[in-house]
Amino acid sequence: MAAESTLRFISIYPVLLGTYGDGGNLQVLSARARARGFEVEAIELEAGAAVPTTADLYLLGGGEDDAQVAAARALRADGGLGAAAANGAVVFGVCAGYQILGAIFPGSGGVPEPGVGLLDVTTDRLPKRAVGELLAVPTFEGLHQPLTGYENHAGATHLGADVRELGRVEVGIGNDSVLEGAVHGRVLGTYLHGPGLARNPELADLLLSWVVGAALEPWVQPDIDALRDERLTTVRPRR
Amino acid sequence: MRLRAATGLGRIAGGLSKSLRRGDGFVIGGRVVLAACPDALSRLVAGRRVVFVSATNGKTTTTRLLAAAIAAAGPVITNGSGANMPAGIVAALARPPVGVPADAPAVLEADETYLPGLLAATTAPLLVLANLSRDQLDRVGEVAMVARRWRSVFAATVGGLTAVANADDPQVVWAASVIPDVTWVSVGQRWTADSALCPSCGSILRRSNDPNDPAWDCVCGFRRPQPSWQLETADLGDVATLVGPDGARYGLELQLPGAANQANAAMAVVAANVLGVDPAVSVPPLRSVASVGGRYQTVTLAGRQVRLLLGKNPAGWAEMFAMLAPAPAPVVVAINARAADGKDPSWLWDVPFEKLAGRHVVATGERRHDLAVRLLYAGVMHTTIADPWADASALAEIAEPGRVLDAVGTYTAFRELLRRGGGADDGG
Repeated sequence: MAAESTLRFISIYPVLLGTYGDGGNLQVLSARARARGFEVEAIELEAGAAVPTTADLYLLGGGEDDAQVAAARALRADGGLGAAAANGAVVFGVCAGYQILGAIFPGSGGVPEPGVGLLDVTTDRLPKRAVGELLAVPTFEGLHQPLTGYENHAGATHLGADVRELGRVEVGIGNDSVLEGAVHGRVLGTYLHGPGLARNPELADLLLSWVVGAALEPWVQPDIDALRDERLTTVRPRR
Repeated sequence: MRLRAATGLGRIAGGLSKSLRRGDGFVIGGRVVLAACPDALSRLVAGRRVVFVSATNGKTTTTRLLAAAIAAAGPVITNGSGANMPAGIVAALARPPVGVPADAPAVLEADETYLPGLLAATTAPLLVLANLSRDQLDRVGEVAMVARRWRSVFAATVGGLTAVANADDPQVVWAASVIPDVTWVSVGQRWTADSALCPSCGSILRRSNDPNDPAWDCVCGFRRPQPSWQLETADLGDVATLVGPDGARYGLELQLPGAANQANAAMAVVAANVLGVDPAVSVPPLRSVASVGGRYQTVTLAGRQVRLLLGKNPAGWAEMFAMLAPAPAPVVVAINARAADGKDPSWLWDVPFEKLAGRHVVATGERRHDLAVRLLYAGVMHTTIADPWADASALAEIAEPGRVLDAVGTYTAFRELLRRGGGADDGG
């Protein structure tokens, strides 16, 4: 994609899927793209509105159970997100948004609810809610730095044959205490709040590189390095 | 007598804790009482009119204002220090101020997650319910879950439950509408992101495009109840007006700043009215409250005057920007993420810190780096300092020493500032 064209990022229904600060991911991606000279149009989509199919990147955040079901139903009825993904758009889902990208998740009262089926994953209930810091060693190509974030969910996510995990869990639960996240093509899901892209700039730049079709020049920020150092030092078990 | 023995033990434990400088000893005393006498709460409130004040934001201040409002009509007992879990409430009741009779009403701030358990120990309390929004999601849980739990407990409570509740907050209305006797008050809802959906059916609530119009309703028929009392908020420095059911207008002259405190005062005046204290009596004493639990107090830190503000969640921060000294005045923001703050500070991304542009922000507290990254992306000039009060010269370069400096902290960061500044825990 040419630098002079404007990148379009859409946050899907942030009023429903924005309980855990995940709105920050849109800010992070927009700022990091602008820092590299790209123009960005950042759009927050009103709850239930039709999803435009021509954007470059779509974001789904965490939300409460009823809000998650409402968002999933609106997205299934609309069909725009699936069409955009089929066109090669990048899709990034966190927590409830990650579960929605899968085939099925526990809706209100635990009743199984279909997702939009962009990731070959299914989610059911963890025996105990996962609340706390999440640290994973990346296994996905292009990621080298530890993945750090905060998780707060009751979902156990099982990966199908058509997806790869993002990393292996070192601290916390992630998908299932062993693996964290799922990727298929340009669709990526994770349990990392924080927001995840504020705490993991490498992951943010991986998504942006998919959008622009090229690796991005470094954008080093001491504030971000200091945050990562502090979190990794605090969260890592002492050996 | 078991209760008396237990409160005696609690006093000893509290005194010991205080003399060992392990805190003010208040809550420890309450824990000891509860351990020795598990039904202490129901025995301590027997024969009293009990009021529980609960909300995500403003419950400490509303409790304080309500206690001041009804104290004009007679003695009252209250947990004024913000110790709002069962141990703190028991401690307050077990150590009443001298001269407060055994039948004096109890005005008690209640943590929103503990409110259901507290109801089981009391008979026919009055509830004062103002707002529910995201806060400490790791401990409290999601807002809809809190509202659902309140509703089921309120519905299961038999005998004489009454409430004063905010008609503008859909989650509060959903919970309170199962109570047979509710006095609805319109005090506004400035943070609406946690009530986008109908709590009854899950559809998206319909709201007016006019942010000053508090009306909301749903296709399922769930809608904002008609309030009998209405707050007309005023800009900073002006006097808000509370309009009663008969059209009578009461000017709420306050020392406490901001629209949120006007809402707190309105809830207190209506609750006092339900308790039989007329606004003509209850409104004037509100002005005597200048600081609640140290909020808005000016203390001396690193040899300079510092005004302390509590900013612990997005809804609270929504009120904050108007209260700060105007730009380019610098501001210190202290972020912790201990249990009492909520261990996940990602709520910082729900706060529009872009509004601090044009100022120099000192990022401090145990999670100062989370704040620094937030400010980086918000484009706000900032300096990260582990302890700005130990490094007066670094601070002096950012903030002119002669001026009062605003410092905003999360709950434990704020308490730390108050302690170091030697501020009164419950001044005013």
